[in-house]
Order: sequence, then structure tokens, then C-alpha cells
Amino acid sequence: MTVTVSGTETNKSAEVLRPHAEHAFADELSALAAADDRPRPARWRLSPWAVATYLLGGTLPDGTVITPKYVGPRRIVEVAVTTLATDRALLLLGVPGTAKTWVSEHLAAAVSGDSTLLVQGTAGTPEEAIRYGWNYARLLAHGPSREALVPSPVMRAMAEGLTARVEELTRIPADVQDTLITVLSEKTLPIPELGEEVQAVRGFNLIATANDRDRGVNELSSALRRRFNTVVLPLPATPEDEVDIVARRVAQTGRALDLPEVPEGIDEIRRVVTVFRELRQGVTADGRTKVKSPSGTLSTAEAISVVTGGLALAAHFGDGVLRAGDVAAGILGAVVRDPAADRVVWQEYLEAVVRERDGWGDFYRACREVSA
Amino acid sequence: MTDGTGGEVAAWPLLLGVRHHGPGSARAVRAALDAYEPGAVLIEGPPEADGIVGLAADAGMRPPVALLAHAADDPGRAGFWPLAGFSPEWAAIQWALARGVPVRFIDLPAANSLAMAASKPSEPEPEPESEPGPGPDGRVRPDPLAALAEAAGYDDPERWWEDVVEHRGTGSGPEPSAPLAPFTAVAEAMAALRAEYGDGGHEDDAVREAHMRLRLRQARREFGDQVAVVCGAWHVPALARRATVTADRALLRGLPRVKAEMSWVPWTHRRLARHSGYGAGITSPGWYGHLFHAPDRPLERWLTTVARLLRDEDMAVSSAHVIEAVRLAETLAALRGRPLAGLAETMDAVQAVMCDGSEVPLALVRDRLVVGDALGEVPETAPAVPLQRDLTRTQRSLRLRPEAADRELELDLRKENDAARSRLLHRLRLLGVDWGTPAASRGSTGTFRETWRLRWEPELAVRVAEAGIWGTTVLSAATARAESEAVGATALAEVTELAERCLLAGLADALPVVMRALADRAALATDVGHLARALPALVRSVRYGDVRATDTAALTEVAAGLAERVLVGFPPACAGLGPDGAAEMCAHMESVHRAVGLLAEASRPPAGDSGTGPEPAARCGADRDGADRDGGLRGRWAGALRGIAGRDGVPGLIRGRAARLLLDDGRLAEDEAARLMGLALSPGTAPPEAAAWVEGFLGGEAGGGMLLVHDERLLGLVDHWLTGVSAEAFTDVLPLLRRTFSAYDAGVRRTLGELVRRGPAGPDHGVPGGAPGLSAPAAPGFGPGLDARRAAAAEPVVRLLLGLTPAAPAPDHHHALEAAG
Repeated sequence: MTVTVSGTETNKSAEVLRPHAEHAFADELSALAAADDRPRPARWRLSPWAVATYLLGGTLPDGTVITPKYVGPRRIVEVAVTTLATDRALLLLGVPGTAKTWVSEHLAAAVSGDSTLLVQGTAGTPEEAIRYGWNYARLLAHGPSREALVPSPVMRAMAEGLTARVEELTRIPADVQDTLITVLSEKTLPIPELGEEVQAVRGFNLIATANDRDRGVNELSSALRRRFNTVVLPLPATPEDEVDIVARRVAQTGRALDLPEVPEGIDEIRRVVTVFRELRQGVTADGRTKVKSPSGTLSTAEAISVVTGGLALAAHFGDGVLRAGDVAAGILGAVVRDPAADRVVWQEYLEAVVRERDGWGDFYRACREVSA
Repeated sequence: MTDGTGGEVAAWPLLLGVRHHGPGSARAVRAALDAYEPGAVLIEGPPEADGIVGLAADAGMRPPVALLAHAADDPGRAGFWPLAGFSPEWAAIQWALARGVPVRFIDLPAANSLAMAASKPSEPEPEPESEPGPGPDGRVRPDPLAALAEAAGYDDPERWWEDVVEHRGTGSGPEPSAPLAPFTAVAEAMAALRAEYGDGGHEDDAVREAHMRLRLRQARREFGDQVAVVCGAWHVPALARRATVTADRALLRGLPRVKAEMSWVPWTHRRLARHSGYGAGITSPGWYGHLFHAPDRPLERWLTTVARLLRDEDMAVSSAHVIEAVRLAETLAALRGRPLAGLAETMDAVQAVMCDGSEVPLALVRDRLVVGDALGEVPETAPAVPLQRDLTRTQRSLRLRPEAADRELELDLRKENDAARSRLLHRLRLLGVDWGTPAASRGSTGTFRETWRLRWEPELAVRVAEAGIWGTTVLSAATARAESEAVGATALAEVTELAERCLLAGLADALPVVMRALADRAALATDVGHLARALPALVRSVRYGDVRATDTAALTEVAAGLAERVLVGFPPACAGLGPDGAAEMCAHMESVHRAVGLLAEASRPPAGDSGTGPEPAARCGADRDGADRDGGLRGRWAGALRGIAGRDGVPGLIRGRAARLLLDDGRLAEDEAARLMGLALSPGTAPPEAAAWVEGFLGGEAGGGMLLVHDERLLGLVDHWLTGVSAEAFTDVLPLLRRTFSAYDAGVRRTLGELVRRGPAGPDHGVPGGAPGLSAPAAPGFGPGLDARRAAAAEPVVRLLLGLTPAAPAPDHHHALEAAG
């Protein structure tokens, strides 16, 4: 197999902004590999059991602590790892901010020791990104040959028995998506120009991620969908988890944007998270009242941006304390995506839930003010 | 675990410790019985059932069924022993009956257990000896099984048991030669457990086990040593233990007793599942049934069934999906270190492969297959169910005899006995026993009267028997039925109707569930029309509640919530409607208006309850609701109406009616009403639209015409508009107008006609574009004399126009505008 391995030079991890998973957690991976005595599928660096441990965290017999990479239901990780161990491809679905990419990167790093075989899906992703392209200088000089061929990450993964990753699969145009069908069912990639093909060797598999509540995406054809086992990554299970995530990320972005420090925003963050969760789940936090869900996704990522926006307001135009009024407009914008239907949903929520809630009077008034 | 025991000589008696409702246990029991052919089978269950166990072999008997014991004098005190097709006890009963081997139940008699349950401090759930939970299932106390499972490295005791016991020997079995091996192993484990935990916190166990030992001795005297005992694994060590007869007798002495009766009742898989009352702790009866009944390859068969179900629901699931799901489930089981793919792996595989990761179809699979809707049957020869007894008793105490002939019954709900009769009949109707049907009252129409047509037909007895599944008394059965219907209802109207029926039937306990269902449906309903239709019924229920002295706080709360949603959704829903839609919405608006008025009354402390007339909308509420003018429900509804009345794009009919409702409530000043009418009837409005407005404002209720009689300004405006309508448009608006005015009383029509005729100098006089008030300031209009107040109102404008000093500009300016409009 003569496929040019393009430069993954040894990283000076200290200097790169964000090292790959296999470099950042190299110690854990090697400790796991050393302790792992279970059968490994062909070309896997670790056994499926060890991969699951790598993602979920644990303590090895020799005392090495494996940090959890994914905090969420165990069964999701188990199903994902098991899928990769069968020869089915894995599709990770979820709204933005549910750690799809993160999980896919770590799975690839643990299974193949290489998370860089990545195709980023966009509306403009061409077929070459999934199959192969040509080095036109060579093509013109020497005619079609394997030397003139530029393999895609998928092709390399097939040839070397590694894990390929496709990000945002549903953003790729439908005809380009379907290139994957042959790859996933026949496990081969024909190169008609050369009369050759690249057959996948054992150990090849593919992890795709997709956003399941995005509009304007290209739905997978059922033929392609059938080649995938689908795992939906859920939003944070408990309000506390979510508040924690939001608070942490807001602090990070706040620093990055050089916003002045705003104290005691946690109550307001909790309120935003509560509103988001209640509307998203269609039921109030105490589980006693159902509410309608608006058309927007209301993901954790949006909650983060609402709070960040509120902080900026409070810092630059307010008295430096995050108040209900600072987040009200942001929430309205996030909730009311469809001016007619969502507005009714929001007003119903305001009147039926927010108005009655103790200690939420300021928030109710602020929301009324911006909704009017 | 040891396995050398099996094969040859077994230690009699055969102690087969099982997990109740464990399919693996059932298989093992069957195999063991086949191998050892005992002379009698003893089963953990109430000995009173000995007499009716033969019915289990009846052709009309189909599991799941339950043995039901109830106190003869109080059917409400009852205990159930559910048996599914995959229960080891059922398997043992079937084995024995097929071979003519005697069956005996050896547990403590229901007579004692019911009495003991009653003597315990108040136990809300009548769950005295529904022991058939999973063996020693201690939900509150420390769970010994959990300790065992933990020792084996499992976090879920149920799963541990499944892996170690239930999944052993599925299919052909690893050691067919040793049918006793699993039982020996379990017995050893249980012995170790009980050595540590004693009775595990089940105080009654000592008594029960003493009784079991006594019955076992008795059986051995009767049938010889070769008897087999099928009981919860937990009890095996106690039965194996040597204890003296005297000691056991001593334990049993002085137990309370009641007279108990036994019967078979049909059961369902849903009720076996943990989350419905009387749960047997089986979360997956459908899955267990499948495991027990599938001849081989349970996983493949199960997934094929799932695929078929999903296909029936129009999901594209092919055989390839099934293949992949089987592979995934098996690999997953291997990853999790389980011997066989269990339910968890299977469901994970179904979700990932067949459902595209979605939870929605999965819920369907869980409901239809994992729990399943199997419904048992019992033969007709089974003894009467307690529900029938309870009904008979109630009939006797209410002096309401079942008669085959038609009979009319007039009830006065203010009388205690009549109210109880009404409740009984309503409850029976909820249960599908239509003994009485409501008839129209002949005499009074007061809410305290009810008329029923009674007729008892023989098949009603069958209905009662069928309804036995819901409970043992009419009250509890109706409650359970209502709750179940509320949960299952899809449409909002169904639930509101149910709420009404619950109130009529006095099912206070069912009300919270129904209310919850109602609130949920209302929250998700998108059609304001549905909500608006539901509201009046609900508010009516609040009032019924008053008559029947039921607590309606919850109901009022839900009704207020519903009203809130209507309030928010109503104004946008009024826009862009056709004539039919507008008429419908207008009717909704009226009924909501009335309901809101009633509701505001109901949620207020009962000040003048008796004064609540049938037409609160007609009452002028201006004096009494100053408090809720802005914040309260009524105030906000009025705000919504005002919005509707003044909103372009809303059909004239609705706008007119909204204005009228406000005016009647005293929330719209007369001047303002005139302004609105002026706007609606101004030349810019298309005549049909204006006519619709007139219909909305003046039509409808009988009192519509009186408004014109009394407010001459309004009459003037209408008159002015009508005479201005062009000839072609006039034919268009004529039907509408006719519809409006023909609804008036004859007297009103005549008065109006006279008024119009008497005021020929009216607005016509001052028309084109001018303000009538200006051109004829001193003219009488339609009135007989000069109206000093109105003249004063117009005077400043005249001053203004003539360049004289204005007296008080601001308010007068307003008047001027209005006059000009």
C-alpha cells in the first residue's frame, strides 16, 4: 500500500493551541493498553472494554486514574463502542453542545490511536474530500497513477484499517453523502481512472456526527442511514450539570472577550438554565405542569450565549451585576424564532409558569417589558 | 456454583426455590417436575385457593390471572396473587393438573393475612400479602438480593438474578442432566443470606414459614414423602430447617382472622408491571412471556417481533435491520460481560439500529411488547367477584333493587340517600355497567335534581364481572377506571368530560389524576377552539362541585390555568377567519366570557354563592371587580376583549361582540362604545363587514335590542350608517341585518320602529361629513327634550370653532373628536 502519509509531525504539544486527544491523553492510553488483557479486534489499540473505560473513566489495577472524557449515560458509550466493534458505522446525533465531536475524537483516538482522519462536512464539501483528489501537476506530467492521486482521510483509513471521522454529515450535499454507501456496504473505494480499487482492511470504521435539530440540512438517504447505528447524545441530564457547564463556559468566554468580572451571576444563570430546560422538555422542573416547546433548539450552547450577552449588557450598560433585565431580551430572542407560534408559546409560559413562581417577579416583569 | 447434585437421587421433599414471575425459574420448575414426578405439588399461596385451583385447567382460563382473596364482609380488603403464563407457580399448577397430581397451597391463609394487614397501622395501599413480588423484594428495607448481586459484581440485583438463574438453561440448557442444579445453587446462596440477614425485615415471614412447614408435614402424611414445593427462593432455607410442630403451632396461635373468600380474576400484563398499582414488580412481563414461550433463539424471535411492530407503524425496518440488531445486542452483551443478551442490550440495539437513536418508537416497543397488553380470562364458573358483592350490598343499603323492568327514578341530590344513589349510578356508568341512564328531568331543572331510567339486564352481571379487574368495590373500581381513562385519553374534550363524570360520581381520589391529565392535555393543545370548548364544561364542573360539596380547589386551579391559556391564545386566533369560522369563534368567545365570569366568582371566597344567576355576563360587574380590573383573570380577559374589539383583521362579528361584552360588563364607557361603532360603520368599512359588526354588537342574546332602545346615540349611528349604504351594497347587508333584528322581541322591534319614525329630524338632517352635534345643537335628536349634559359636552367645541375662549380643553377635545367620528 503506497499512500503518502501527510505530515503529522511529532507535535510539540506545549506550543499547539489544542493537542489531539491521542497526544493529550497519551499516558492514559498507554496505561490502558498495558493493563488491557481482553481480546482486541483487528488493528484496535485497545479492547472494546478498555475503550469504554477510557471514555467513561475509572481506575486501573495499577492505580492509574483514567479521567472521564464523557459525562453521561454509560449505555451510550457502550453502544457506541460496540457498534465500532461490529463493522457498522457509528452516527452520533445530538443538538449543538452535546459533545458529539468530542466523543468521536476520543473514540477514534482510543480505537485507532489517530483522531486526525477527519472530513469536515459543509455545504461545499466535494466528493474528493471523501474519495480522492488529484495532484494536477503530477497528473499532467505523468498521467494518472497512484502517485498523482491524493487520498482522502476516508481512503487512508480504509487502507490502513483505522477509524475515519466525518463531522456534520448532514451538511454535506446528498449526492456527496451517498459516496459513503459503497464505502460502508462494499467496504471498497473504486478508482475507475486507474482501474483499481482500495479495499478496506479489517479495523476500518467510520464515525459520523450530525445535528438532529438543525434546519436546512440534507437528510440522510435511507440507504445510507441503514449503514449506521445511531446513538443520540442527550442534553445534560440534571439542572445542576447544566448550570455547571454554562457557568464554566461563560466564565471562559467572558475571559476571552475581556469582559469585566461580574459577581454573583449564578442565580441568573440558574434561572436561564431552568427556563431553557423547561421549555425544551415541555414540562416544568417540578414535573407538575406541561408547557409547549418552541421551535428553536434551546441547547446548552444557546443558554451560554444568552448569559454571555447578558453579562456584556450588565458590564457595559448596567451596574455590573447580572440582572433579570439583562438576560430577558436574550431569552426572548432564543425562544421566539417563529414570530407567531413561538410568541404564543412564550407568553403562555410567562403567564402560566413564570408569573406564579416565587421570587421570579423581577424576571416576569423584565420579560413582560421586552415581550410587549 | 455446585452442579454435581443433579441426576440421581433428590432429597425429598423437593424444594424448588424460585423468583416469582421468573421465566427461567418456570422452565427450571417444569424440567425438575418432569424429571422427578412428585406425588403432590405444594405452592406458596393461600390455602383457601385449594378448592378453586382446578379451574386453572379450565379451557376458559387464560393467564395472566390472579387469585383474589377478600374479606367476605368488606370487599375493599383484598389481596391478589397474580399469575402469568411464565410464572413458575403457574407452570407447576399446569403440570400437576395435567397429570392429576394434587395441588396444595401452603402459605398463610388469606383469612389471617387479610386480618393482619387490617390490624397494621394504616396502610394506604391494600397490598397485604401480594407477596408475589420478586422473591425477597425489599423495596424499603435492605435488599439481601442486592448484597448477593453486589458480591458478584453487579449493580442491578434484578440483572444478576437474570444472568445467574433466569438465563441459565434457556433453550436446551447447559446441563440437562441436572434439573435441580439451579435450585441447589440458589438454596445455598439463600441459606448464606438468611444466616446473615435473618428475616430481612419481613416480620411476618416467621409466621408464614411456620405455616408452610406445617402444611408440608401434613402433605407428607397425606401423599408420602415425594412432594415438591414451589416457593420463593427466600423461603427455601426456612422450609429445609428442622422445627418442631409445637414451636410452629405456637407461632401461629392467636392470629387475627376474618372470613375470607377466594376467586380467580382476570389480570393484565400492564398490572403486573411495577408502575401500575398492585404491581407485581415485573417491569417487563411481555419480555418474560416471550422468554418463556419462545421455543428457541429468543433474541432473534424477539427482534423480529419488534421489527414487525415497527413496520406496522410505518417505519422502514428491514430484515437487514434485524440482523444488525441481533449482532449489536450480542456484542453489547459480550462487552458488558453477560452470558446472553438481556432486555437492556436488546432495547439498546433496537434504539441504535431500528429507531435511528430516537426514543419515540422505543416507547412504543416498551409499551406494546415489553409490557404488552395481554389480558387474562377466567371461566364463567369462577366464584363471584367481590365487586358484585359490593354492588349487592350497596344496592341493599341504598334500597335500590335491580329490576328487569324499566323504571324512572327521580333523585333530589340534597338528600343524603339520593345523592348516594346518584353517585352509585354514575360510578357504574363509568365502569361500563349501564344500569341507569340519565333522562331529562320533567319537573324542575335545578342542578340538585337528577332523573334516571333504570333497567337491570342479565348481561350487566357479566359487565360487573369484567369490571372486577378494576377493583373490589364499586368506588375503587370506578376510581381506577377513571384514572386509567384519564391517562389514556388523547383529546382534551375527553378528559374534561371525564372530569365532569368524576365529580358526578364523587370520585374524589381519581380527581387529581384526571386534573393532571387535563392540565397536560391543555398545555399541549394548540387549537384555542378546543381549549375554549373545554373551559365551560370545566367551569360547570366547578359549580357542580359546589352543589355536591366536593372539594374543587384542584379543579378551580386547573380551570384557571386553562383560562390563562385561552387568554393568551385567543386574540391571535381571531384573525383571518372566514364567516363560518368567525361565527364559531364568536360562540367560543361568549362561552369563555361566561366561564371566566363564573370562574372569577368561584375562585373568590364564597360571598354570594346563592346569587350566582345563570347569566352573570348580563350583570354589570363594574361595581364589584375593581380589584381585578388589571391583575385578575376577569381584568385580563377584558383586556384581551378590548384588544380584539380594536384590532383590524379580526372579523366584524367578533369585534362587535367583543365590544358588546365589554359594554355589558361596564368595562367600556358608552362614549367609547359609540366611538367603536362609529369606526366600524364609517364609510371606509365594506358594508358587509359593517353589517357583521352590527350583528356582533347588537345581535345574539335577546337583550340586544334594548340597547338601541335605551341608547339613542347608538341608534342614531346605526340609522345614519344604514341610510348611507349604497343601493347595491344594501342587498348584501340585508340578510345580515335581518338576522340581527329578527331575533329581537316583537315589543323591542316595535319600540325601535317608533323611535326611528319619531325622530325624522335625526342624523339625516346634519349629515354629509358634518358632525350631527354641531349642525343641530339645540335639536332634540331622538330625545323628547334638550339633554343638558350632552349639550354641555358639545358646547366647548362650538366655542372653539367660533373662536370663543375654550373652557376646559383636554377632555372636550376628546368629545369633539368623537362627535366628529
